[in-house]
Amino acid sequence: MSESLATEHTATYHETDDTLSRQIVRGVLNSKEATFWLTVGLIILSIALLAPWIAPQDPYDLMVLDIMDSRMPPGTKNFDESLTYWLGTDGQGRDMLSAIMYGLRTSISVGVMAGVIALILGMILGLTGSYFGGWVDALIMRTVDLMLGFPTILVALILLSVLGQGVDKVIMALVAVQWANYARVVRSAALVEREKEYIEAATCLGLGHWRILFKHLLPNCLPPVIVIGTVQVAHAISAEATLSFLGLGVPITEPSLGLLIANGYQLLLSGMYWISFFPGVVLLLTIFSINIVGDRIREILNPRLLQEGEN
Amino acid sequence: MTVFIVRRLMQSVLVVLVVSMILFAGIFAIGNPVDILLPPDATQEDREEAIQALGLDKPLLIQYGLFLANAVRGDLGTSFVHNVPSMQLILHRMNATLELALLALIFAVFIGIPLGMLSGAHPNTLLDRTLMTGSIFGFSIPNFWQGLMLIMVFSVFLRWLPSTGRGETGTILGIETSLATWDGIQHMIMPALNLSLYKISMVMRLTRASMRETLPMDFVKFARAKGLTGRRIIFVHVLKNIMLPIITVIGMELGSLIAFGVVTETIFAWPGMGKLLIDSINVLDRPVIVAWLMIVVLLFISINLLVDIIYSVLDPRIRLSDVKS
Repeated sequence: MSESLATEHTATYHETDDTLSRQIVRGVLNSKEATFWLTVGLIILSIALLAPWIAPQDPYDLMVLDIMDSRMPPGTKNFDESLTYWLGTDGQGRDMLSAIMYGLRTSISVGVMAGVIALILGMILGLTGSYFGGWVDALIMRTVDLMLGFPTILVALILLSVLGQGVDKVIMALVAVQWANYARVVRSAALVEREKEYIEAATCLGLGHWRILFKHLLPNCLPPVIVIGTVQVAHAISAEATLSFLGLGVPITEPSLGLLIANGYQLLLSGMYWISFFPGVVLLLTIFSINIVGDRIREILNPRLLQEGEN
Repeated sequence: MTVFIVRRLMQSVLVVLVVSMILFAGIFAIGNPVDILLPPDATQEDREEAIQALGLDKPLLIQYGLFLANAVRGDLGTSFVHNVPSMQLILHRMNATLELALLALIFAVFIGIPLGMLSGAHPNTLLDRTLMTGSIFGFSIPNFWQGLMLIMVFSVFLRWLPSTGRGETGTILGIETSLATWDGIQHMIMPALNLSLYKISMVMRLTRASMRETLPMDFVKFARAKGLTGRRIIFVHVLKNIMLPIITVIGMELGSLIAFGVVTETIFAWPGMGKLLIDSINVLDRPVIVAWLMIVVLLFISINLLVDIIYSVLDPRIRLSDVKS
């Protein structure tokens, strides 16, 4: 019974890469809620990508900023009525809508970059550990345990206080705290896969270690990695915002959503809510849409959960 | 059993040593504290004197050795800025952090568990889906922004609750706490809520999953066959069975509540340990940063060790497999 179930799962998981991605897309589109939030996420992503072309103002261009326009509530028009500040302006007279669009670029690119680098690093270390075993495995896994034993935000905070400010530094700190999650998941998936016959067959054919690792083992360990990958990117975006809010993240020249919120913190207390409010809403929508879609993917790739959820 | 505990204890000591080494080397790399402590017009002699007084002229390894030797005796160095032992500075602030973490934990238990049970008892209904989406919302909302929004709504617009500080404190059983006065409690509600939202969502999902696992079990069927009411089955028999894992996980989260206190305390100007860390990072107060981290690391490792031991008492398979390997 359990054996036939196992082979069934293997069959659904491990055909080709193409089926896996098709399976995910179909599964997400089957759920109205997930489809809706996927759309929201894609809209946010395209706004971030297209910011320089669709933003009403270039928030970095000091020439267009007018200090007379600072701290305007949402809906105010500027001096010669050529521009409406739909979401108000901040302390420097910057249009919040434009600042949010540009901030989104920084937030998403930091989150995605950190996520991708951590994924690659974690995957390499996790695969290596599981494949070679012995002291290599022990060393990697003890480090993973050590990293996961402490809260992300605390480790990142300490790293940044050592590294200093900067977009690259933030990415480095986020990679340093996130790779361990990937390594652990990849390793446990690979430990199961390694015992299977196709790996044995590949070894018998005399293929090299690296070829077996990356061409045969890796593709079959992908499903759980995709699931935690979505959650980790959402985490990274949130962590970057938190670090920037605490003043240890991105520099003031490339404000992310977190830094925009931090700038409005003092003004919030005097009732000027829009400077902190709107960037936060966008940040929340971004993270929420990723998490909802990620939750759906988790259901799709875990057949037991899906059966339970469908009936 | 003893073998298991001794092994775990040794592992923990090793981890503390490794972490202390990494920390010391890392913190050493953050700028020169002398630049911040001395006025810009200080002479070269003043500088050298200060460097000598702080022991910064010795090689890194010697500095680490001295630090370790002192640390074992409970002396984690003297703050460069406040000129009092860092340990004292931190312990003085610990009360405020712990009471906040405790209240947040109480919120997580008394809001999270009932909602999770409700969700698990009615799977795949509208209520369940709403609560589960709500919990993802709770996970997604950035902690610091959620705090700002609480301030915006309850302090700025409604003017119901104070936004900063700890308020009046009183003493209960000789411990200074904000819970003793009405003013203190008012100051605590928002920070505790801010700190607990993430945990509430987590406890909710965990409780729901445990409910889903427990409900199809034989003892539940038997109880139902015996004619017990649904209410009694859930609140007595099922609850008893799902409590243990939930309480364990919550216990482990106490440490992370203290870490997340860093954000909450910064927003609400809560005078706890977390705010001390951020302040110390900003002024490069090395001994305080190192001492802070050492204390938190010790706290984390003790909690993990305790959980491991409790687990091994409850489930002998764990300690057997560990000793064998």
